[in-house]
Amino acid sequence: MRDVAVLGIGQTKFGELWDRSFREIGIESGLQALVDARLSSADLGGLFLGNMASGSLIGQEHIAPLILDYAGLAGRHLPSVRIEGGGASGALALHQGYLAVASGLYDYVVVGGAEKLTDVPDTTAGEIANSSADHEWEVVFGATLPALWALVARRHMHLFGTSREELAAVPVHAHEMGSRNPNAHYRNRVRLEQVLGAGPVAEPLGVLDCAPFSDGAAAVVLGPLEEARRHTDTPIRIAASQVACDTLALQHRKEPTTLESTVVAARHAFDRARRTPKDVQVAEIHDAYSISALVSLEDLGFVPKGRAGAEFASGRFGLGGSPTVNSSGGLKAQGRPFGAVGVAQVVELVRQLRGEAQDRQVSGATLGLAQDVGGTGATTVVHLLERVN
Amino acid sequence: MSIARFWRETPRRYNLGGSKCTNCSTVYFPPRAVCPECTHHRQSIEKMVPFQLSGDGEVLSFTVVHDPAQGFEMQVPYVVALVETVEGPILTGQVVDVDPPEVRIGLQVHATFRKLREEGKAGVIHYGYKFAPTEEPSGPSPPRGSPAPIPAEPPSAQPRAPA
Repeated sequence: MRDVAVLGIGQTKFGELWDRSFREIGIESGLQALVDARLSSADLGGLFLGNMASGSLIGQEHIAPLILDYAGLAGRHLPSVRIEGGGASGALALHQGYLAVASGLYDYVVVGGAEKLTDVPDTTAGEIANSSADHEWEVVFGATLPALWALVARRHMHLFGTSREELAAVPVHAHEMGSRNPNAHYRNRVRLEQVLGAGPVAEPLGVLDCAPFSDGAAAVVLGPLEEARRHTDTPIRIAASQVACDTLALQHRKEPTTLESTVVAARHAFDRARRTPKDVQVAEIHDAYSISALVSLEDLGFVPKGRAGAEFASGRFGLGGSPTVNSSGGLKAQGRPFGAVGVAQVVELVRQLRGEAQDRQVSGATLGLAQDVGGTGATTVVHLLERVN
Repeated sequence: MSIARFWRETPRRYNLGGSKCTNCSTVYFPPRAVCPECTHHRQSIEKMVPFQLSGDGEVLSFTVVHDPAQGFEMQVPYVVALVETVEGPILTGQVVDVDPPEVRIGLQVHATFRKLREEGKAGVIHYGYKFAPTEEPSGPSPPRGSPAPIPAEPPSAQPRAPA
């Protein structure tokens, strides 16, 4: 296994991109990443694409050759593979790209994530989000994905005394960060009272506790670290890429307030990189729901179990915090195009580690963590990225 | 959802038929072909036997759903809970016959056979379990396994006694 670096990044704006097609946004982010990496497509070994539900969303499966084709690479007959893991599809694709380069089989690959959610009504997008939970034993009985996370929230409140206001601090922070990110779906700030007063979705979660359905795409170019200086002045090494899975249904977990897949993926990642949570300055985590951010911070090891609500509300994870959480605005404000999320998280970390995050730059960031979660935690992917000096 | 896809699960959804590992005695719902608890999974292969849940349990967590799953639009707002059964498995289901604000963690409930949803006016009607309180929501808990005061339940839907 050889060291792998991120050599280039690309991302479209996230949001309701009515005038842009799936293939358009997929190509835009990939080409940006190739240009950023100063890489000729002649050097590419393959494409890995994270996408959750193109079949249900735009009636199009078999999207890996589609993107390859419109990127102008079909004539080179490169391998192009789509990877699905619910909301974690993007980071799962990154893991596959990492393995491909680390193994030595490919030298340079593009990893992309793309999703087009606004070509269907919101209710349909919601049903598709629900399909990352267990359809037969959760959704059939009236549960939705936000309802399942609400079950986690209520139990967390019951066991640890987490308050409604502490939950609401999560989207307030996300929108503050989103206001500083030109690619974000939402750039407006929200006040705590607005979150508390928003219409209920699944109590205790309201509309502003839940991430939106967005269109968007993101891409990175990976290559061997030993070649990285030919492509960038600031190579970012992938210090760890770990995947862990759990039961598909929340009901089969021993304790619904713990994401065991996150615990295990994070432990393996920190062991592999010989680092600890204290070494991380910037983290992009799964805030699809306010409660998912809190349990993620606990299960990644940033705070003891049950403490995330109080620590979050105290401002510990704000800009310059330990660590700064979701400087991109997270899924809540930057947006939630399912398969693009995990790749966009890593794009944001690379910006931070290069020192290119402008209004939201964390000074001196050298180690970043990204956590991408599918469903209620059946899949977690954790990446650690570090700046190489 | 196709008719066959729902129909084939009716023994589980109508009668709470689960399975039990005869190697380690752990009970599962829905039934499993292999036991996750046995250190070496192969020990449990072909040792999983049918097992009937009693339907008794308590609320582990709950939510009041306002933005419904497909087919549940007419029931909003409705309560969805994680119910820990006395036999061990945790089930996801609605809690009914109680005002949503009365539901609390620890509430004793019993499974009851109800209509879940229908697929439009001409479509299939899905039936299955929901849960109803076996105690006054704010009152003391009766002993587990006490008879459930649930009226108008089709006889065929009564969960049978554990095998």
